[in-house]
Amino acid sequence: MRALERILSEKGYLDPSVLDRIVETYETRIGPHVGAGIVARAWVDPIFRASLLTDGTAAVRALGHDLRRTGHLTAVENTSEVHNLVVCTLCSCYPHDILGLPPVWYKSAPYRSRAVKDPRGMLAEMGVTIPHDVVVRVWDSTAEMRYLVVPERPAGTEGWREDELARLVTRDSMIGAGLIGRPAGYR
Amino acid sequence: MDGVHDMGGIDGFGPVEREQHEPTFHAPWEGRVLALTRAMGAARAWNLDMSRFTLERLPPAVYLTSSYYERWLLGLEANLVDHGIVAPDELAARRSLRHAPPPPGRLTVEQAAGFPGRGSFERPATRPARFGVGEAVRARNLHPAGHTRLPRYVRGHAGTVVAVHGCHVYPDSSVRGDEDPQWLYAVRFEGPELWGPDADPHLQVSVDAFEPYLEEA
Repeated sequence: MRALERILSEKGYLDPSVLDRIVETYETRIGPHVGAGIVARAWVDPIFRASLLTDGTAAVRALGHDLRRTGHLTAVENTSEVHNLVVCTLCSCYPHDILGLPPVWYKSAPYRSRAVKDPRGMLAEMGVTIPHDVVVRVWDSTAEMRYLVVPERPAGTEGWREDELARLVTRDSMIGAGLIGRPAGYR
Repeated sequence: MDGVHDMGGIDGFGPVEREQHEPTFHAPWEGRVLALTRAMGAARAWNLDMSRFTLERLPPAVYLTSSYYERWLLGLEANLVDHGIVAPDELAARRSLRHAPPPPGRLTVEQAAGFPGRGSFERPATRPARFGVGEAVRARNLHPAGHTRLPRYVRGHAGTVVAVHGCHVYPDSSVRGDEDPQWLYAVRFEGPELWGPDADPHLQVSVDAFEPYLEEA
């Protein structure tokens, strides 16, 4: 790595200090907390929720997120009838701007191979049980459209503030590979 | 190309293993590879589809046994060599031995701090979309030798258009440097259509498919 950095900076292709800035951005600024804020807003604001589900790109931009790497975003909502799951079978497409870098399991062969064929069985093994009569709807990110799952708002959170709700939203729930349980003894 | 990267539906890879409290990077070099890949993306010596196709052409055994960022590093080195920026003897010598043509772009520290973007892939339409939402379509049985984003597991199968995303850069042409924009659709397939009569009847799988991938069902 160091050799490659040296060669490219000697050739004028690279200012090595940019690498530190990029790493720092991924480690400190970009992450699932951004997506969690979007989900919490959708839970408390029906007008935002409607615009998010209609045109995710425009709705998220309107919140002030510039979606620099995620040119196009579709938000899909989990309900009592439909559970959404996001995968990239061909590589590792993922909405970096709002979820950060994908976890290793998302990029792994077991997930990429199985998410489109037996997602219900795979999710059950991951501890996420989806009732057999709930439709599992998988979104394979084969182009430059990125997907965000809006998980179901857990029961027992009526009246919660947006920032409190955001803290409940997990990365995996925004991929569709996690559920948000009813908070016990919280607050 | 029909490569091992096209993993949808392959059996035998074992369980999905989640890591608790996973760090952003497992070692500093992983972050450097990611950042260098981003910086070279900004240099625009090659495009996204070219870099994906480079990874797809890794030997199958290498692809399957390398970690994610190991693949990225192999891809980066291959792209640098293929595009005449770095020669193999320079990689061996671990230093620059000759000048390379200047890059079309170069990432500044300010841009890097602002999270290097890559802009929209949508382009103005030059003709109307051939399919509409609700229309029955079939993924064509295509097996191009080059780069494509039509996964094998949908080829030949019938589905329904559920969204029209607009006209986007077409990866199959973009890999050769020609954007050739095409209409892009979300197409939904039912589980049994893809995986046979024993498949989960309550499974639906959508892919984003470019117009040349589709025909009327």
